[in-house]
Amino acid sequence: MAKTITQEFTKGLWDEIPPFRLVLGLCPVLAVTKSVENGLGMGVAVVFVLVCSNMLVSLLRNIIPSKVRIACFIVIIATFVIVVELLMQAYAYPLFLKLGIFIPLIVVNCVVLGRAEAFAYKNGPVRSIVDGFGIGIGFTISLTALGALREVFGSGTFFGMSVFGPSFQPFTFMVEAPGAFVCLGLMLSLMNLAGNK
Amino acid sequence: MGDYVLLAISCILVNNILLAQYLGCCPFMGTSKKMETAIGMGMAVIFVLVMAGAITWLIDAYILKPVKLEYLRTIAFIIVIASLVQFVEMFLRKSIPALYKGLGIFLPLITTNCAVMGVCLININEEYTFIQSLVTSFSYATGFGLALVLFAGVRERILLARVPKPLEDTAIGLVTAGMLALAFFAFKGMA
Repeated sequence: MAKTITQEFTKGLWDEIPPFRLVLGLCPVLAVTKSVENGLGMGVAVVFVLVCSNMLVSLLRNIIPSKVRIACFIVIIATFVIVVELLMQAYAYPLFLKLGIFIPLIVVNCVVLGRAEAFAYKNGPVRSIVDGFGIGIGFTISLTALGALREVFGSGTFFGMSVFGPSFQPFTFMVEAPGAFVCLGLMLSLMNLAGNK
Repeated sequence: MGDYVLLAISCILVNNILLAQYLGCCPFMGTSKKMETAIGMGMAVIFVLVMAGAITWLIDAYILKPVKLEYLRTIAFIIVIASLVQFVEMFLRKSIPALYKGLGIFLPLITTNCAVMGVCLININEEYTFIQSLVTSFSYATGFGLALVLFAGVRERILLARVPKPLEDTAIGLVTAGMLALAFFAFKGMA
């Protein structure tokens, strides 16, 4: 069943939204969502890498031998990750410092590799770009939502602005590691609840 | 010597790679459903991470830094890790078939385990010496294995419990991981 271009795009926003439906790429999701800003920044970086690598993989799909395809994908992805890393260092240095080690780690983000393997290797460039964009946007939405939730309750701010006023006692649990796991788990269960109806 | 012990303890417990630094969560959720697979994965990670830590440190110090190609670190490291994993797999299949059978399917998965890549990058960022890198690689990997085995034990019990429908499988897994992280959080006081 062939999907239209629009369907390829929208599936990334709900049906296959990472990391909820495709449980992939959890590490950056948990680590960088201490604040909305970080989540959004990470999301944008992933969108860029995903779109570019999907495009290149699908253009080269007839040349890449299937036995060494994973290695080829990784090299392609790593190249774009370096591009993002250098761009961020030049134009968004504070964000670059905050995300730190998680920018180079986009290389091993299963979402990116997963899309290259499951989609771009089998489809044409236009569809692959759309797919990468859709999944990337979905990923950004998840990161931003989780970041917002954790920042609002964990530090009482939203994009650095105070939400509840000075009397608010921050719920520090949310911005620490355990809160990340619990929060994501609860969001996943809410998604399941909404999806099953 | 005391410094190394302290470093090891801080890497295993205080800064546990999984529960405090969030690296390697995908295999954490994926391979923790059964105790056997958890142990297999833990062993494979220890094995590969120590080798990867040593090799990437040497490459960074003797190849990338002298010729000022630090910005190629990401691509160099991932290629090293991928080929190392491939090599280890072939070597084990030929010479130690028993170990290969045990680790078997987990080895290829390690390439995309961000804990491996992450620890290599941490070693470089923190400017550890070669010996220190070896110690941290081993301890982080041990910490990973420890958390994985503990978590697998809890998860096997959850299978027997009645979990609300929307919370099934991954969702309850994540919440449980949160509780486990909370337990490890207590070690922060030691640092």
